[in-house]
Amino acid sequence: MKAKIRKIATFVEETQREMDRALSPPTRRAAAVAVIENPCAGRYVDDLSELMAIGEELGELLTARAVAALRILGPSAESYGKAAAVGENGELEHAAAILHPKLGTPVRRVLGKGAALIPSSKKRGGMGVVLDIPLGHKDAAYVRSHFDGMEVRINDAPRANEIMVAIAVTDSGRPLARVGGLTKDQIKGEDGLR
Amino acid sequence: MPEVVVRKKVTCVEEIFHEGGPVAEKPLRRAAAIAVIQNPFAGRYVENIEGFMDDLKPLGLEMARALVAALGGDAKVVEGYGKGAIVGSAGEIEHGALWHVPGGYAMREVLGGAKAIVASTKKVGGPGSRLDVPITHINASYVRSHFDAMEVGVNDAPRADEILLALVMTTGARVHARAGGLKASEIKGEDGLR
Repeated sequence: MKAKIRKIATFVEETQREMDRALSPPTRRAAAVAVIENPCAGRYVDDLSELMAIGEELGELLTARAVAALRILGPSAESYGKAAAVGENGELEHAAAILHPKLGTPVRRVLGKGAALIPSSKKRGGMGVVLDIPLGHKDAAYVRSHFDGMEVRINDAPRANEIMVAIAVTDSGRPLARVGGLTKDQIKGEDGLR
Repeated sequence: MPEVVVRKKVTCVEEIFHEGGPVAEKPLRRAAAIAVIQNPFAGRYVENIEGFMDDLKPLGLEMARALVAALGGDAKVVEGYGKGAIVGSAGEIEHGALWHVPGGYAMREVLGGAKAIVASTKKVGGPGSRLDVPITHINASYVRSHFDAMEVGVNDAPRADEILLALVMTTGARVHARAGGLKASEIKGEDGLR
């Protein structure tokens, strides 16, 4: 393992009612978050390949954890997203190095498919910072019912020399989705958009 | 008495490998089960509320069992516990106190008759309020290594007419516990204290 992991947190949310209407089945989403040492903290490092390799490793680990937390098989996942928060001694580019070059391939491997771009967000912050992980349908980015976000936070992370890396997976869209647009049964799944 | 109406359930699991010291042979795990329910007494003063404790018992058992499941399914791994509640703004702190009996006894029952009082805390707060749920050893409150806490919260709860209920279990001592005091190996287990 290249990443030095201090802690892994998983979160599962199951919404059973909204506006006093029962949701059947309930909407469910999970996030897995790793708190790792930032090997590039405190100085300017030009070559960020170490962080890219860590991203690849965490893509697999966190997706597997999130799917397991939902008790579903990877291909049953409907939407996904990723995010990272860099502690104060790091730079935003460190989050980019983890999230963008190599993390996606193992995520898609665990989920069986994933034609759509994985929506992402990143920030720098102190301990307890809130990460809003954007969510979109994994095979067609335009599926409107699945545009969503999941908030995660860990009270003692990230420390100054750490990075928090999060992956969220759902088996459903928003509760009571009713603003039209492309629906999941209309997905062609060819270009990742529709 | 009114039925218990659940809007949302959240489960969080933290797996802690180290905190700057040696990596633990067996990582410490903390888990929280949260249920967001309607507050049947919101918005007015209701004198007789005690019966709602009985109504909450099945939910308490369900949450305690979900915690054991989140920690792998074997109740024997559980060494610490705690509970808490956040009452939405149209309720009173006394409504949170209704959780003491059903929450506490549910965990003791599922854990096979744990002896120590279940540490607890509660407050009135808005959506996104955080609660530091205190944690102590399940059989002897004075075990110093197991004094701990887990921060819980849900970004969209409790709404004004809701109550957020939480149960927490841990699998061991703080990850680098070394502040002395009564050890888990020294428990007599007679009075729930030592």
